[in-house]
Amino acid sequence: MATEIQSITPLLAVLVSMIASVLILAFGKYPNIREGWTFVAAFIKFGLVISMLPLILKGDVITCTVVEMLPNLPIAFKVDAFGILFAITSSFLWIFVSSYSIGYMRSLNEHAQTRYFFCFAIALSSAVGIAFSANLVTLFLFYELLTISTYPLVAHIETPEAISAGRKYLTYLMIAGVSLLFSILVVYHYTGTTEFSFAGIAGMETIPQTTLVILFITFMIGCAKAAFMPLHAWLPAAMIAPTPVSALLHAVAVVKAGVFTAVRVILYVYGVDLMHDSGLWLYMAYFVSITIILASIYALMQDNLKKRLAYSTVSQLSYIVLGAVLITPHGITGGMLHIPYHAFMKITLFMCAGALIVTAKKENISDMNGIARQMPITMLAFTVGALGMIGMPPVGGYITKWFLLLGAAELHSMILVAVLLVSAILNAAYFFPVIYVAFFKKPDHELAYKEAPLTMLVPLVVTAIISIIIGIWPDAPGMFLDIVEIAVANVTGGI
Amino acid sequence: MTGFDAIATHLPVLTVVLPLIAGFLTPIVGWIDRRLPWYWVMFATLVILLITLSNLATVINSGTIHYKLGGWNPPFGIEYVIDLLNGFVCLIIAFIGFMVSIYSKESVKKEVPGKTTQFYSVFLLLITGLMGITITGDIFNFYVFLEISSLTAYALIAMGDRGDGVVASFNYLIMGTVAASFILLGIGYLYAVTGTLNMADMHNLLPDIYTNKVVLAALAFFMAGFSIKVGLFPLHAWLPDAYTHAPSTASALIAGLMTKVGVYAMVRFMFSVFTPAFVIDVNMTEILTWAAALAIIMGSVFAIAQSDIKRMLAYSSISQIGYILLGFGLVNVIGITGGLLHIMNHAFMKCALFLVAGAIFYKTDIRNIYQFQGLGKKMPVTTIVFLIAALSMIGVPGTVGFTSKWYLALGSIEANQWIFVAVILVSSLLNIVYFWRIFDNIWFGHPHEIENIKRDEAPLTMLIPMVILAILCIFFGFFSRYPIEQIFDPLAKTLLGLGGVP
Amino acid sequence: MTGIVDIVYAEYNYWIYVTLMMIGFYAMIAKKNLIKKIIGANIFQTAIFLFYISLADITGGTAPILVGGHGGEHVEHAADVIYTNPVPHVLILTAIVVSVSTTAVALALIIRIYNEYGSLDEDVILAARKSLQPEFSEYARQKDVAEVNHQ
Repeated sequence: MATEIQSITPLLAVLVSMIASVLILAFGKYPNIREGWTFVAAFIKFGLVISMLPLILKGDVITCTVVEMLPNLPIAFKVDAFGILFAITSSFLWIFVSSYSIGYMRSLNEHAQTRYFFCFAIALSSAVGIAFSANLVTLFLFYELLTISTYPLVAHIETPEAISAGRKYLTYLMIAGVSLLFSILVVYHYTGTTEFSFAGIAGMETIPQTTLVILFITFMIGCAKAAFMPLHAWLPAAMIAPTPVSALLHAVAVVKAGVFTAVRVILYVYGVDLMHDSGLWLYMAYFVSITIILASIYALMQDNLKKRLAYSTVSQLSYIVLGAVLITPHGITGGMLHIPYHAFMKITLFMCAGALIVTAKKENISDMNGIARQMPITMLAFTVGALGMIGMPPVGGYITKWFLLLGAAELHSMILVAVLLVSAILNAAYFFPVIYVAFFKKPDHELAYKEAPLTMLVPLVVTAIISIIIGIWPDAPGMFLDIVEIAVANVTGGI
Repeated sequence: MTGFDAIATHLPVLTVVLPLIAGFLTPIVGWIDRRLPWYWVMFATLVILLITLSNLATVINSGTIHYKLGGWNPPFGIEYVIDLLNGFVCLIIAFIGFMVSIYSKESVKKEVPGKTTQFYSVFLLLITGLMGITITGDIFNFYVFLEISSLTAYALIAMGDRGDGVVASFNYLIMGTVAASFILLGIGYLYAVTGTLNMADMHNLLPDIYTNKVVLAALAFFMAGFSIKVGLFPLHAWLPDAYTHAPSTASALIAGLMTKVGVYAMVRFMFSVFTPAFVIDVNMTEILTWAAALAIIMGSVFAIAQSDIKRMLAYSSISQIGYILLGFGLVNVIGITGGLLHIMNHAFMKCALFLVAGAIFYKTDIRNIYQFQGLGKKMPVTTIVFLIAALSMIGVPGTVGFTSKWYLALGSIEANQWIFVAVILVSSLLNIVYFWRIFDNIWFGHPHEIENIKRDEAPLTMLIPMVILAILCIFFGFFSRYPIEQIFDPLAKTLLGLGGVP
Repeated sequence: MTGIVDIVYAEYNYWIYVTLMMIGFYAMIAKKNLIKKIIGANIFQTAIFLFYISLADITGGTAPILVGGHGGEHVEHAADVIYTNPVPHVLILTAIVVSVSTTAVALALIIRIYNEYGSLDEDVILAARKSLQPEFSEYARQKDVAEVNHQ
């Protein structure tokens, strides 16, 4: 069984970027050193997270109690397989996005770069903190910190539209925070603890059914970061942020924190048995199916590339939650696996979109006729990412779709299978036009070859290649599939 | 060390006598040299802080302290009783007094020119009054100190804005006199039916005569009087004007302390003079919780409508008093712990916020939040203190505001009052509304205009207390466990008559 | 009928103080002139003093000085000598001091208000305050916001 190992590595992993953020503030006047701190922090953080991987793969769990904030309410970290999945994703991708950010910000000569990198570092701290949280209160702490630290990033360009987008962002996420706090209070009141556990928190069964359902609803409102419809409106609005922000935060850190929290609640607070017995799994499955389909339809209607990608993200996030509520091993595997897989693919897509903005100054798809002649490498990477999202081998997306379909089929739910297939078709419907326009349409005037700067090009090519690798070789030792298998085994207890 | 021991036995009365004598000697000190009173006040408040720390330590270690004034035994003589509640509130008074006195050097020089000595003298007398209210065990002595603190507060407020300060002080005087007179009447009623003025004695004598209407009338008068003193909605009308137009130092002191002491008085009377059973029986606690819930919402709503930062903070205080009283009105251990926690937390947060408002006014003469552009660049440390204190008011975990909100909400759930949970959480959202637009004005917007703003931070004497308070907001956000286990939890149990005092 | 008259007659002191208290309270709240408010406050507080002192009186009691006590001899504290209660008197002395101090502060404030606004009428002062604070009036605030947004 899982042995608990005490170590301060989780705490160090979270603190690394906090310390770096202070150093970033201090060295604000020296851009190169300041950027250097970001890289140093990113590498150290990733190193610390990876160092815990071998123990997790053996099935152990690493714990660290930081402080007992209130009697019976500790701020504590517990690194299990699911947590380290999210942590690896975000810390690994931070390295790439940092390089990309530098290229982006310097090309556009943006203002307030110190504030940008400062908030970025704190946001990553919060994301890793959420990943490693041992209980709901610690998670809530980092959840709110994430909201607060990403607000300056969303409102970065400080135009009236940006500030009002920031307000919208804040409204949705703060209401979510309050709802989450309410849910945590209720859980604590009934069970006396907020600690995540593999079989769900003991004592949850004592809650009467109606309260249980209402509690679940307030929890899911609390996970508005996961952009369920109708709480999704903040995500397209937040696309006014600089593209690196959209790439990392709104494809990887913030939204994945939302689904991470949702899956934690579903599997580690409620637990597989309770979800099944109360019938909540079916209602939630239908609810997220609506998001999956509807968001894809919205994506079809968008001309702005980033907005289209935003709605695509909304749709894909619900895949993850759908996987979790299909409380079978295959379903949960599909859901959990989609966290890193979608992250890699989506970040490729967003980085391409950013490259297009910076180099070709184009945001809308209708302007992008024949852009592949100018930026072939970028568009090739885009194609890789798009194929993955649609679910075509050899790019990784097909694996998660396969698991999800298996999970839905196991439950004999034809509706859910249909939903998955329809959404795959819709994905194709909104991605192929972009590729077609870029490669096969005649450009309005002659375009010379002029790719994005190297600091931006290298990261997006690397993530595209990784997307292919995880598609061809998912069983690679230490790769995501292994981690997910352990997580699923934890939760389902080997059913 | 017999000399020290001799003083040690008299520490309870020194807590009151020291600021009194210091206050009276201040004019002489000021006559010797204009700049001396500040050092004098700092020294005095530091000594008082040490004394209150020692008192609290003694109470935690050996239980309640009883001190007989003049050696006369109660119930004939006046007795000073220091238990956990007193000790803790005295410590808060002394600490905030010390912080504000450090801050006051530059602020008072600017806002009350030519009258600094008088200001400091009245300042010390206000501390005397507050200490006296808190520490005494005799209800008429309590009235005397209540009036001392009220009169000195009127004087301090009147030294503020030209014209506005005096009118605000006068309005406060009228309402405060009504309040104090009601309290005097209540004291008279209680004396008429029990024949004693000692709080502990009354606690023993009252249960036999609870059916007497006079006792009920006394409770009603007390609660009316205290509600006015505390600024409980809808009897809060004096508060916004008084907080806004007082000098910044006085605002910080009064906002941080006077309402807390009023709450202490309410609690002392509700739980230690009248027993909890009686107060619950006559539905006083229920009325209190509903009034508090109303105060929480209305305070926040009014705050959103304000453009003067001090007025906004004043309405915010009305809302926070609602929190504290809600905690006490819930009459369960968790709720009362929450109320006690919020006394400490609000003192830290609100004092820090008023100090920041004063610092901004000192440097820029601006009090209108819509004119705060570029402050983030001009006064970075001040605005970071503001950020921390405001996040604490909002209730972000990791800060001190979260701990009391947690307890209050949990206490409401325990008492099965789900609507109060909703009230507390909704008011967090309202707090975000009125604080976040200040953040937007300070740090975001108009990047081109603020390029030429230079760093011009507030003076060091103003920065130190602000930074200390901000650090405490975060420190107690993580380490509240120790005060809760040592002080608040046993105190809550004692107040409810459940035992548990060590 | 006789019942009510009996009650009023037996407890006439309480009725008097209640009437006085209400007169004072009314004056404090309803009168516009600041001096009248202070007078009302004084009446209000005096009523409370009367209440206390009327508590002290015991029917058939004598002044609270030990009978035959001066001179230092041992006195018979027989229970058959009834003294009126001196404690309320003591309390009221303190309360009178408080009331006088409050009145003094109030009058000082009134002098300052008169110097500043030239009037002792509450309505006039309120109007003067509003007009002296343009930057915080609603119109000015909207003007500020509009300026800020257009820059």
